[in-house]
Amino acid sequence: MIRLEHVTKVYKTSPRPALEDVSVSVDKGEFVFLIGPSGSGKSTFLRLLLREDVPTKGEIHVADWDLTKLPRRRVPRLRQRIGCVFQDFRLLVNKTVAENVAFALEVIGKPRHTIRKVVPEVLQLVGLDGKAERMPNELSGGEQQRVAIARAFVNRPLLLLADEPTGNLDPDTSQDIMLLLERINRTGTTVLMATHDHSIVDSMRRRVVELQFGKVTRDDSRGVYGVGR
Amino acid sequence: MRASFVFSEVLTGLRRNVTMTIAMILTTAISLGLLGGGLLVVRMIDRMGENYLDHLEVYVHLTDDVSQSDATCSDEPCGSLQSSLQNAAGVESVVFESREEAYARFQQIFAGQPELVDLTRPESLPASFRVKLENQERFAALEEEFSGQAGVNRVVDQAEFLDRLFDLLGGVRNATFAVALVQAIAALLLISNTIQVSAFTRRTEVGIMRLVGATRWYTQLPFLLEAVVAGLIGALLAVGGLVVAKLGFIDRVLQGPIEANIIPELSLADVLLISPVLFGVAAAVSAVTGYVTLRLYVRN
Repeated sequence: MIRLEHVTKVYKTSPRPALEDVSVSVDKGEFVFLIGPSGSGKSTFLRLLLREDVPTKGEIHVADWDLTKLPRRRVPRLRQRIGCVFQDFRLLVNKTVAENVAFALEVIGKPRHTIRKVVPEVLQLVGLDGKAERMPNELSGGEQQRVAIARAFVNRPLLLLADEPTGNLDPDTSQDIMLLLERINRTGTTVLMATHDHSIVDSMRRRVVELQFGKVTRDDSRGVYGVGR
Repeated sequence: MRASFVFSEVLTGLRRNVTMTIAMILTTAISLGLLGGGLLVVRMIDRMGENYLDHLEVYVHLTDDVSQSDATCSDEPCGSLQSSLQNAAGVESVVFESREEAYARFQQIFAGQPELVDLTRPESLPASFRVKLENQERFAALEEEFSGQAGVNRVVDQAEFLDRLFDLLGGVRNATFAVALVQAIAALLLISNTIQVSAFTRRTEVGIMRLVGATRWYTQLPFLLEAVVAGLIGALLAVGGLVVAKLGFIDRVLQGPIEANIIPELSLADVLLISPVLFGVAAAVSAVTGYVTLRLYVRN
């Protein structure tokens, strides 16, 4: 599903590479934690997968796309198959829950009858049935993140990228969100989650890829956050 | 592409940014109105050219005493002047116009300005020969031959007056176009600025759109259409303004010269005929400005 081969990314503003000779491959249906301190290159990793940026060296493949050779006009197609969730939810505050989810389909030109059908389905999946007409500011943080996950998942992506999705949530709510991500993973969607949250990584016992100073320092198939911690 | 989605985005955008939108529309309207005014002057000049060039004449004004004493051109020197004019090379026709006839024509021309007619007495107008030439360029030779002859006061080429009138109208046209251009620059900057502000206020939406894989057209078309819609509203106001100006102002001010056939009448059809040009210019310019702005300033 994801294959990085000797990927190096150097930003013009910094002499030190954000990623240096990173080779990682993730199979379809895997659940992978991407861990490491701030500035270790996690965000760059995710940006490259979304083709927000191109690597300075190396090759990146996502599904059947070779991102280093993907022309700009084909980028939207790639992004339509990738869902994204962020720490700060990124909901549209002037739209209802249902409208927020529907927005993701409207802007890629899905027909209205499809939208009317799938939005309630996905809201039920994330446990928000009955809150479709609420505004985001009427919801708790956990509920808002569920809306964001619904929006990321509504187009049935091959890959779900989550950038610290529990960073703004209390531990109990975080657990609920992780259960939801697990459920999504069980539908066959590959999940890649960047996080700082020790307890989550430790309790889930999934594959862990650790980055430090832009290099992969660890790749455990059933890892914990820190060895000996 | 879902038209309803794009349409609602455009409306939201225009509403959200309402003061800016109004400024953009008004500037565009003024600029287009001036452009339209200039185009109307051009039409006017063209039509005047057609009207006049066929009827250009040379006036041979007679001296005061001849004008006074000889109302039928039967005495000397008027009679022999008439026959030598008729026999001169390149002359097509010669018509004598007595002082009384000149005054009657004057009254007719300035019927719209009775004060002027009241102030002018027949004695201030000369009798004259109206000479039609086969070729207007023969004027110089004619002038040389007849000016200074007994009974002749002045030989006047109508084309000279006409040139001056055309110069004046050409100046009006150029000034109008110049001001229109300056306004157009202001309108362009406003359109560009409005799109940037619009894109900034909607950066969250645009960010999400890009993230979920909306194409460039989906993310940028609303901004582009916003500019075009504002431009077209501006054009509509400009055409409306021209119609109002024609009915309420130009018709009244130019009533005299129009009735005297000096200036051709400006019809509503003329205004309507140039309006597609204004709409076209508005749409094209705002679309291009929008596109360039999005290219330069807004990440897709």
